[in-house]
Amino acid sequence: MKAKFRDMLKSQKVIVICSLILFLLFLITIFAPWIAPNDPIAVNLAHKLQPPSLEYPLGTDHLGRCTFSRILYGARISLGFAFLIFISALSMGLIIGIISGYVGGWVDQLLMRFGDGLMAIPSLLFVLGFVGIWGAGLKQVVLGLILVQWVYYARVIRGMVLSLKEQNYITAAKISGSSTWIIMKKHIIPNVLPSLAVMGTLEMGWAIMNLSSMSFLGLGVQPPTPEWGAMIHEGKSYIRTNPALMIYPGLMIMLVVITFNLLGESLSERFGVKRR
Amino acid sequence: MSLLQVKQVSLSFNSKKLFKGKDLSKKVLNDISFAIEEGTCLGLIGTSGAGKSTLGKVILGIQRPQQGQVLFQGYDIYNADKATQQKIRRDLQVVFQDSYSAVNPRMTAERIISEPLENYEKLTITEQRKRIIELLERVGLSEKDLKKYPHQFSGGQLQRINIARAVALKPKLIVLDESVSSLDMVTQSLILELLNELKDDFGLSYLFITHDIKAAFLISDTLGVLEKGELIELYDSKDQFFSSKHPIVKRLRDSILAEHPRFRTLTTKANWVNTNRLSKQL
Repeated sequence: MKAKFRDMLKSQKVIVICSLILFLLFLITIFAPWIAPNDPIAVNLAHKLQPPSLEYPLGTDHLGRCTFSRILYGARISLGFAFLIFISALSMGLIIGIISGYVGGWVDQLLMRFGDGLMAIPSLLFVLGFVGIWGAGLKQVVLGLILVQWVYYARVIRGMVLSLKEQNYITAAKISGSSTWIIMKKHIIPNVLPSLAVMGTLEMGWAIMNLSSMSFLGLGVQPPTPEWGAMIHEGKSYIRTNPALMIYPGLMIMLVVITFNLLGESLSERFGVKRR
Repeated sequence: MSLLQVKQVSLSFNSKKLFKGKDLSKKVLNDISFAIEEGTCLGLIGTSGAGKSTLGKVILGIQRPQQGQVLFQGYDIYNADKATQQKIRRDLQVVFQDSYSAVNPRMTAERIISEPLENYEKLTITEQRKRIIELLERVGLSEKDLKKYPHQFSGGQLQRINIARAVALKPKLIVLDESVSSLDMVTQSLILELLNELKDDFGLSYLFITHDIKAAFLISDTLGVLEKGELIELYDSKDQFFSSKHPIVKRLRDSILAEHPRFRTLTTKANWVNTNRLSKQL
């Protein structure tokens, strides 16, 4: 067991290290209230813009809030909602991609041309437009990002379903009397999921990036809720005097996005999955 | 009444274009009619691209022809109601050429064979496992193979699993679409032997689609030659095939290689003599 683990560590170094980092982040998001030394939204102007100390491990921001606590709580929003975007876009893409690929014909044409239309608009612009219509807020941004993102999953899944559909074992399953639903459940979804997991890992980084960018623009998470992108936004007025306010959340975003991307890359290499 | 009747089936693939362009439709089957009697095997011989596999698909009910009818036990399989279609499905099975692509690589042998059973027979888990073990043993495998995945089998073994899946529901007709063509000679003859045994045991009928004339001789009761989507001739016996004067049949016949290289010659005329000798051997 130990030797096996050591072997894995050696051959799959990137995967193991990235997974460990993500697991740690996962623990942090769950146990944030227990780890955080201070209330992340408690304003204390007497303690504003303090350097790191025992009470405030990473110092305080312009309102005297503990930066460290805010980063911990911010992970909940950044990672949690990125995960929500990922899961929703994936499910939507999975359903639409399978229908499009399996049914084919005009249904396929309709769904895919609609998808092409969505893809023609740059995703940031789409979300901006979305926020422009329904107002700034986390809900709108998340919804906008889901609506942009599903198309990519749908296209990849459709392609996979198209090639799976021609496999003899699908024909054999039909001849064995399996209904369309059983064929989906037994043959198509299990064969699509592994590639999807790989793709999803890459897309998680994308979701975190975009969510934070929108918050940075002041369109996503509204103050005083801590979120990494929003923290950078708030800290940017102090870039000359207290650059740390931007650097810490920025480093966190970088760490998470790079981790997800590296993990996705090495997973796709490991399982031979093609990217879109 | 014949088990299966194919009546004037024609099929062409047309590629529909969003914007009208050249007509790219291609005629694949042209006015094909034949019948298969219960308990017999029809061997369908033809070169690559003759439409053999498409004809197989038409008979299996997964490729609707533009014209003509396919009657199975008197029911038109493309125009029957849902319940009848589901019943016909059960009695019509298939074994494909490439045994690896005919099974889901993520499924164990047990799950592969259980698929038709789950769809048609509501068995308890133990009953079902007993049936699957029986089937595995019937096709020459054993209980040990239950939990193995497709990549752990050889091509011949996997073809046996495909056969087990096809006979699991005790069907009436099995379409053997080049089922032995990708196997080596020894395995081929073993599988053909197995198919012959199963035919007697279960009272099966076969449609044996192949380009291998020798294999067709070994298993078929009647023979048909398909060329460019047309059924050229039907024979009740091998002798009829050998005495046919049709140029395409002649060419097919000449393509049979003699077992021993010494008997092989390059000129068609000499080969004709050899195939005569071959007809006596067979």
